[in-house]
Amino acid sequence: MIAELGLAALWLCAALAVLQLIGGALAQRGDNASDLAAMVRPAAMLQGLLAGLAFACLLWVFAATDLSVKLVATNSHSLKPMLFKLSGAWGNHEGSMLLWVTVMALAGGLIAMVEKRLPEKTMQATLAAQGFVAIGFYAFLLISSNPFERLVVAAVEGQGLNPLLQDAGLAFHPPTLYFGYVGLSVAFSFAVGALLTRNVTPDFARVMRPWVLGAWVFLTLGITAGSYWAYYELGWGGWWFWDPVENASLMPWLAATALLHSVSVLAARDALRTWTIMLGVVAFSMSMLGTFLVRSGLLTSVHAFAVDPERGTFILFLLGIYIGGALLLFGLRAGHVREGERFQLTSREGALVFNNVMLSAILGIVLLGTLYPLLTEAFDVRVSVGPPYFNPVGAIFTVPMLLVMAVGPLLRWRRDSIERIKLPIAIVTSIIVSVAVLAAIMGDMAVLPLLGLCVAIGLAVASFLPLRGRNLLRVPIATWGMVLAHFGIAVALFGMASDSAFTKERLAALQLGEEVTVGDWRVTLDSVDPVAGPNWTAMEAQVSAWRGSGAPILLQPQSRNFWAPPMQTSESALATQWDGQLYAVIGNRTEDGRWQLRVWWKPFVTFIWYGGLLIALGGTLAAIGRVLADLKRRSVRARANSRRTERREKGFA
Amino acid sequence: MRWTLWVPLALFTFFLGLAAYQLSQPKDDVIVSGMIGKPLPQFSLEPISPDRPGVSTADFKDGTPKLLNIWASWCLPCIAEAPHLESLKEQDVQIIGIAIRDKPEDVARFLNRHGNPYTRIGSDDLSAIQFELGSSGVPETYVIDSDGMIRYQHIGDVRAEHVPMLIQQLEAAR
Amino acid sequence: MTRQFLAWIAGLAAMASAMFAMPILAQSSTAPAPYAYQQLDDPALEQRATDLMHTLRCLTCQSQSIADSDASMAGDMRHQVRTRILAGEEPEAIRAWLIERYGDYVSYDPQVSATTWPLFAVPLLLFLLAGLILRKRIGRGGVADREGEGA
Repeated sequence: MIAELGLAALWLCAALAVLQLIGGALAQRGDNASDLAAMVRPAAMLQGLLAGLAFACLLWVFAATDLSVKLVATNSHSLKPMLFKLSGAWGNHEGSMLLWVTVMALAGGLIAMVEKRLPEKTMQATLAAQGFVAIGFYAFLLISSNPFERLVVAAVEGQGLNPLLQDAGLAFHPPTLYFGYVGLSVAFSFAVGALLTRNVTPDFARVMRPWVLGAWVFLTLGITAGSYWAYYELGWGGWWFWDPVENASLMPWLAATALLHSVSVLAARDALRTWTIMLGVVAFSMSMLGTFLVRSGLLTSVHAFAVDPERGTFILFLLGIYIGGALLLFGLRAGHVREGERFQLTSREGALVFNNVMLSAILGIVLLGTLYPLLTEAFDVRVSVGPPYFNPVGAIFTVPMLLVMAVGPLLRWRRDSIERIKLPIAIVTSIIVSVAVLAAIMGDMAVLPLLGLCVAIGLAVASFLPLRGRNLLRVPIATWGMVLAHFGIAVALFGMASDSAFTKERLAALQLGEEVTVGDWRVTLDSVDPVAGPNWTAMEAQVSAWRGSGAPILLQPQSRNFWAPPMQTSESALATQWDGQLYAVIGNRTEDGRWQLRVWWKPFVTFIWYGGLLIALGGTLAAIGRVLADLKRRSVRARANSRRTERREKGFA
Repeated sequence: MRWTLWVPLALFTFFLGLAAYQLSQPKDDVIVSGMIGKPLPQFSLEPISPDRPGVSTADFKDGTPKLLNIWASWCLPCIAEAPHLESLKEQDVQIIGIAIRDKPEDVARFLNRHGNPYTRIGSDDLSAIQFELGSSGVPETYVIDSDGMIRYQHIGDVRAEHVPMLIQQLEAAR
Repeated sequence: MTRQFLAWIAGLAAMASAMFAMPILAQSSTAPAPYAYQQLDDPALEQRATDLMHTLRCLTCQSQSIADSDASMAGDMRHQVRTRILAGEEPEAIRAWLIERYGDYVSYDPQVSATTWPLFAVPLLLFLLAGLILRKRIGRGGVADREGEGA
């Protein structure tokens, strides 16, 4: 019954999305008085409500482990802890697509409810676009991925009790990325709405900005968490592999980063109109492209598991309609959008444009490197594009971008002179040069890590310079957000460069009690004992590690064997210090009775993820600051309005 | 500069066409060896089965084309291809086996259960011959001509429909 | 069961961007090659080997380098790399040796060739384009007091 309720709610949602589209379209024909046009906002709100209901129904059947529902039978188990029963609802294709449309519908409902700043016609066009995109995904769900499908005969027990996914972090990782993806759909709809009504104004940018910031924060968190998870789960100490799937999440982030900066320019200075629209379209396009690449299995090459050509074709079809349609509209309409304000090279806008162009170039390179194997495979040639390509080629654009980013926030809007910020530039330059000299003296380092270290340290200092000479209590929250986010970039970059420059690796086959050194750590394998978990057995090693004369740190890496389904995993053990992480993995036993042990000392590697968190925190502060400022502006305007009406009434009296 | 506004759409259309084309193609995961048409590299492998000698490059140069079969007792598709190798053997095809990362007792058990179509079996514990041949999986079957040149690579298990084709390849390699 | 499981894993692995575990369906049980899990004694040589290994693709994995994989074939390839480095071979010679056998697929470091030149031409083009856009956007007259008339 609950499942049918959910399904019915989904069908109603689809119908409301159609209504939203038709109403919004009619409104564009100047038919504003028509009843349908007036129903656009209520339809969006109701759609959000019903989609929420549908998702609640899915949660319900998972919580109750209703085994007559196919999705539950294939993905859940009556004995799972409640948290993982619930997370199981979105830990699969159908459920995650339902989560996608639910978030999208809720976002649509929210803008329909609260957003009153834009002209009604633009709002209706935006909601029509939102409805149009939603229709495709409802169709996808209802036609080829129905999450509420019943089994003819209920299953006796659920199939899925996958231990690896029963990880609280992992349970919330996919939805985090989805919030990011879907948040960008709102920016996309706003961009399309603005194109349709040729109404690209600072107001439009202010309305769009919190959505872009929010989506960007979620993407940042999602990527950071995913990277850390790969780092400790894979057991080889790598945290980014330039894998197509990783790139699929990085590309929307790059586009969103560019977008949130250009949106700021549009909001503050009414410049970069077409560019912002373009990025709004591109950012969500990258989200959909990522979903397509992941779901179609086109790029996972060697182990092509879960390739589903039918679903892949469906998503490609949606991609063609939405991205193709939006880009077509862009080609037709963008020429009619009036050029915004002008500015000089040395100005805040100038620096932001530079940053935008560089980010777009990086996006272009990631896109090219990711899709290139697909291109050559059309000619039956298989190539691999990996870190040795992405790192240096990306750096060509990243390094100049970061240098400009160091001084950009110090520049004034519209026009400024290098002369005025001579001192900060001198400070940052001298820091970068002295770090470079120091590193060169200390020993030979590869070029990229060296560059990374210099830029990171220079940028770390530079990111706080905008606060120089200001009363810290009166600095706007959004500015704090910017400072923190830029500082986070420096911190993450420092971690990356340090990991690649200073990591010490030690692979050894050890007898019990034997000691090895890695960096300035002494590591002893004390014992290896079998341990058992609920559905696995493992060999657990007791490893002690010393540095200097301090107390030993105990690490307990495991080599786990799961039996249903059979697979072997390495559970790495991490010891986090302020200046890095010790990373230990226990391998197999050799024929002469010794144990394979892999140990890494990774100086400051944790900074990569601290940096990610700082960036997300900065984004959150910026979003809060902007929303608060907007609310304040609105109340000031409302007060002024009421005063004016009051005066007018008095005048008449 | 109005045309620049159409560049994104043009690029996207190109991608769409490419992706649609690739989706319509059967998924092709094989890594083809670059060694086809080149002479068999020098190697010499120890025997792993008591009644079959080991393998070296010279064994391929006695004037008759042969099949070189990469297999292993732990490989499931190898069980599936065993009867078809057997039928090739019955048609007087000489098959030289190379067992990858295998143990003598496992090999003996496998040959007992699934038949022994090999004239020689070498043992390769390091995948060294796989790398020499440009082979990336187990099982794979190579046609080596009478001069010791690699003429053809068959990736995956040999099925019934591949038997005549392999015989034809051997004829051509004569 | 296995297929559904794989589908499920793939969905998550996909979103979560990692490939964490190998099903032990068909792996041999023999001991790994000597240098699969053992470093070279000379740190300089080991560094050369490690740098190379990070740029070679594991042929039986889902997009991992041989330095990041527990697959037996990755281990054997690490053994190849280390023994060859120890014998004094140049890393690029080892890469060339592998590319001769497996094609460009085995190397994560694409070299300029008839099939890969766009990978290098496009960044160059992007660089020029970036310069052009910056000049057009910013260079043109700076602050004009009037509004421009179109994009």
